[in-house]
Amino acid sequence: MTSASTQEGIPGSTTGPEVKPLLEAHDIKVHFPIMSGIVFSRAVGYVKAVDGVDLTIMPGETLGLVGESGSGKTTLGRTLLRLIEPTSGQVIFDGEDITELNNQEMRRRRRHMGMVFQDPFGSLNPRMKVGTTIGDPLVIHNLVESKEDYQQQIGDLLDIVGLSRNMADRYPHEFSGGQRQRVGVARALAAKPKFLVLDEPVSALDVSIQAQLINLLEDLQRELDLTYLFIAHDLSVVRHISHRVAVMYLGKLVEIATYRDLYTSPKHPYTQALLSAIPLPDPKLERTRDRIVLGGDLPSPRNPPSGCVFNTRCPIATKECSEVVPELKTMGPDHEAACIKI
Amino acid sequence: MERLGLGSSRSGPLLEVKNLVTQFATETGPVRVVDDVSFHINEGEILGLVGESGCGKSITALSIMRLIPSPGEIADGEVLFGGRDILQLTDAELRSVRGREIAMIFQEPMTSLNPVLTIARQLTEPLRLHMNMTKQAARSKAIELLEMVGIPDAGERIDDYPHRMSGGQRQRVMIAIAMSCNPKLLIADEATTALDVTIQAQILEMMAKLTRDIGTSLLIITHNLGVVARFADRVNVMYSGRIRESGTVDEIFDNPRHPYTVGLLDSIPRFDDEERERMRTIEGEIPDPANRPSGCTFRTRCRWATDECERLEPQLALLDEAHYVACWESDSVSRERAVIV
Repeated sequence: MTSASTQEGIPGSTTGPEVKPLLEAHDIKVHFPIMSGIVFSRAVGYVKAVDGVDLTIMPGETLGLVGESGSGKTTLGRTLLRLIEPTSGQVIFDGEDITELNNQEMRRRRRHMGMVFQDPFGSLNPRMKVGTTIGDPLVIHNLVESKEDYQQQIGDLLDIVGLSRNMADRYPHEFSGGQRQRVGVARALAAKPKFLVLDEPVSALDVSIQAQLINLLEDLQRELDLTYLFIAHDLSVVRHISHRVAVMYLGKLVEIATYRDLYTSPKHPYTQALLSAIPLPDPKLERTRDRIVLGGDLPSPRNPPSGCVFNTRCPIATKECSEVVPELKTMGPDHEAACIKI
Repeated sequence: MERLGLGSSRSGPLLEVKNLVTQFATETGPVRVVDDVSFHINEGEILGLVGESGCGKSITALSIMRLIPSPGEIADGEVLFGGRDILQLTDAELRSVRGREIAMIFQEPMTSLNPVLTIARQLTEPLRLHMNMTKQAARSKAIELLEMVGIPDAGERIDDYPHRMSGGQRQRVMIAIAMSCNPKLLIADEATTALDVTIQAQILEMMAKLTRDIGTSLLIITHNLGVVARFADRVNVMYSGRIRESGTVDEIFDNPRHPYTVGLLDSIPRFDDEERERMRTIEGEIPDPANRPSGCTFRTRCRWATDECERLEPQLALLDEAHYVACWESDSVSRERAVIV
């Protein structure tokens, strides 16, 4: 497998013989029932958190996934690891349909996938030494030969995430936010996975610490041949780390493109509005930039608008948009958008 | 686009903070979270106060309002507002300033409103208290305020409880409450940080417009340099309890002279960058306020640091017109950046 040394081009799409995607998702739907009644509880409606998403991720690639709160990006990320069961759809991981597997089989596959969570303060057990937290996956997946080997592996993991080996005996409260997030990464890497879902891994960190962690994630990807799904709401960070970027809105994928195309020529009106809403650290530019300020709030996913889910806030929507559900259309090489007006 | 604030030309400072020290008692003795901070805000001006977590920016704001919770206390300094020292006011005098002349919006839109009172109750209270309005008059003014901040169907929504509103709507209500008595100064402490970017843009545009229309001064406290570049006239950069650099936004963003400001600006990725390079970082971590390095507290993370930085703490000094920096090596910083850029 070629390593993603430059972060340019999508790994797999340009190199020699055909490379198969590491992960494919077909028409993923995750609908959560809204229950009502105490004795005879029944579903009175559904929250369509993810509503028909297709994705492929190539080996060595970082796919960025952006969207605002309630867009379904976290639910989608967890569904790809089957931490949440999809209502329908398929997830093909390394050539195998993992949605068909039973729990025991799934547990065995899970060592090839890992997850890093957003909250560095809530995601570590405060009563557990970080060495134990990091070493847990080794024990669960039977990857240790002896006590020495266990200690050795934990030390190595601390080493590669830039912490010192002797920190294994400390508790989470002795670590700063940035260090805790490194512990989270070390744990996710313990079972030597191929694929990591990184769910807002840097958004709780200060900018100076955030940059350190992003560099670490890029180095690890290169050294360990990792494939990432990088979920975030900060589009600038996502652009920095991703090969391709997918934009979600209310459970739907509205646009997906290479990082270059998405940021220089966004096609979907939502992507355009999202980009124009980010204030840039450049006062002169900010004074002259055109800005699309969207009206209103994100509609409730319990009761999404008919037709295009974005039509209630879209600056170019017409009557047709509330009637027709737009499909992803090809806009160019590796560039798709779901809008009938473009 | 024109500048959003009115700038410094109009008249003297509305608020002047002089040598403010706010400390917290700990088992090992008092820890200075705000350590000798001085700055001012002119009438109609938008001032940004930026820094990372723990730098003391929020405690500075709370000190201005005298809202420091125990075991914290304001140990020294003056907060002059319209010529009066807020720190010397009696409780009754303070009540007439808080909410009436200085209003504040906090970060968490989910917890800043009282969940068991209707929006109407929470919005009319300051109007009746500070403006002596009748119940009827306060209610119609409240509806007007909700319309001003863009709440649809304000006449009906006013009788809702906060849980019926989204995060963005609650923050609008907070702004409506803050603006209800036409304050002279509005302090927004990470007011849009918890919100999504598209909602953040709406709220900030609205806040800037309101302050411009009414002539209110605005103190924006944030870690987001983009927000400062977009809205502020001037900016103060805080690190570990002190202001390290201060100036107009154009000066600070084009010609930063403090290594920390340089580091902050360099470590934000921008989506309009031409090429992607490895991210530049500030090495190390923010020092614990109880255990700061000697001399310049940034020196342990600074690539320009010399022996002198270890011995002597630099004070804010005037560089050019309206550009202050606290750094012994600010000339080298400027020279080196000139080479890179």
